[in-house]
Amino acid sequence: MAEKITNKEPYQQAYYPPAPTGLTCYMRTSIIWQLYRFIVINLKMLKLMSKSHH
Amino acid sequence: MSRIVILGAGIAGHTAARYLDKWLGKKHEIIVVSPNAKWNWIPSNIWVGVGQMSEDDVTFDLADIYKKTNVNFRQAKALSINPEGSAEINTPFVTVEYTLDDKAGEQENIEYDYLINATGPKLNFGATEGLGPDHGYTVSVCTPGHALEANEKLQTMIERMRAGEKCTVVIGTGHGMCTCQGAAFEYIYNVDHILREEGVRDMARIVWISNEYELGDFGMGGVHIKRGGYVTNGKTFAESLMVERGIEWITRAHVKKVEAGLIHYETLDGEFHEQKFDFSMLIPPFAGVGLQAFDKAGENITAQIFAPNGFMKVDADYTPRPYAEWSAKDWPRNYQNPSYKNMFAVGIAFAPPHPISKPMQSANGTAINPTPPRTGMPSATMAKAVAQSIRDMVNGAEEPTHSASMAEMGAACVASTGSHIFKGTAATMTVFPVVPDFETYPEHGRDLELTTGEIGLAGHWMKYILHHTFIYQAQLKPGWSVLPD
Repeated sequence: MAEKITNKEPYQQAYYPPAPTGLTCYMRTSIIWQLYRFIVINLKMLKLMSKSHH
Repeated sequence: MSRIVILGAGIAGHTAARYLDKWLGKKHEIIVVSPNAKWNWIPSNIWVGVGQMSEDDVTFDLADIYKKTNVNFRQAKALSINPEGSAEINTPFVTVEYTLDDKAGEQENIEYDYLINATGPKLNFGATEGLGPDHGYTVSVCTPGHALEANEKLQTMIERMRAGEKCTVVIGTGHGMCTCQGAAFEYIYNVDHILREEGVRDMARIVWISNEYELGDFGMGGVHIKRGGYVTNGKTFAESLMVERGIEWITRAHVKKVEAGLIHYETLDGEFHEQKFDFSMLIPPFAGVGLQAFDKAGENITAQIFAPNGFMKVDADYTPRPYAEWSAKDWPRNYQNPSYKNMFAVGIAFAPPHPISKPMQSANGTAINPTPPRTGMPSATMAKAVAQSIRDMVNGAEEPTHSASMAEMGAACVASTGSHIFKGTAATMTVFPVVPDFETYPEHGRDLELTTGEIGLAGHWMKYILHHTFIYQAQLKPGWSVLPD
């Protein structure tokens, strides 16, 4: 019978990058917050496009 | 009356055609030559490749749209350009071969006063043995047909997983000199999403393989963005998203050969490796479409007009320099051919002066670095600028009047990571400028207020709206010209 694993392997590829917290994950699909972000992203894109045409 | 011939009816060619028709169509002649009968909104091929859209959702007949305009559409493939004419024809012309069923194989010389080369890329699957859907073992999402086949194979694999078989999915780039990592990046997350929806994600090992030095390079040398009180490299976020979705990654890789179920690749350290797969979508490298050029005497001047990779030379500075001496000023501004001032190249068809990402070679001398992206938004921006310049030149201007350097323009990339109106997400990335300009922005080469990245539902809404807006615009429906390109 396999021994019970009681520790986690470090130093793997997945060990280093930041992971989103529960709040971050929630905010990604929070309708109110995402409506606000939708407006912000659109304004940024409009500014970006206006600076791109010469 | 002037005649303007546009080779290609993709994002760049069609953008130039619709504006030139609007500005000059009533008094001058606009001819569009494309071997494809249909226009394709390529970014949404990703959704075709996972079965969430049909081919009809992402394409429409070009002939039907051009019937509404003064554009003369020829379904044909450009073969060669005679920018000085020939012994028999005194004006410049292009030689085309029809792909339309009724006239298939028939050739014609089309004379022009102005020429826009917007032929896009040749999907160079042949550069890697065993790559691609036609003669290889991997699938592609580069065309609607390829994406449909990709979905068929994906569904077959899902059935195998439902039956209890564990499978390996490998998605990324199929050569050390690929661009368009963004398309593969988007596809891998959509495959992950579909496998979760189908309840078989635990049966799949998903692996990303690419020629990027680090994740998040995207052929732009990576980006820095502000987040959490730091200016952080995009690599951090790209890796974070991979880990969150349980995806492994292989970078600095040149795929050398693909066999049934087995990818052979070399990494920058000179080591050779193998990766098994049950389903693999690898983007091919791009090359020019193989246009030839001849002078009036019939001498082949292809090497004068085109770079060795087949892309057309424009007003870029092609002087070879070491990476440390590359500058934003090397990049073309008006896309005019230096030898023939009535000839322009836009979109993927123009020859970049050099990559954006730093060139790297393996210990065996194999080049492994992304080539510059110039699809989507930059394609449309440069096509509109060239259309404006030609409009003004037709009306008397001596030189191009508008510029659209990739070192002075921004780009937005919205990569779907799962489609659902309330639960979907997408990674939204904006960069300004596309080519870093360290003389204007000494620290990071870009404007950090306009270089951003975030993941969320808003991005999915954006992606969905962009899909419908750009297809509406491309179909020249009422008000199309006030919509952003």
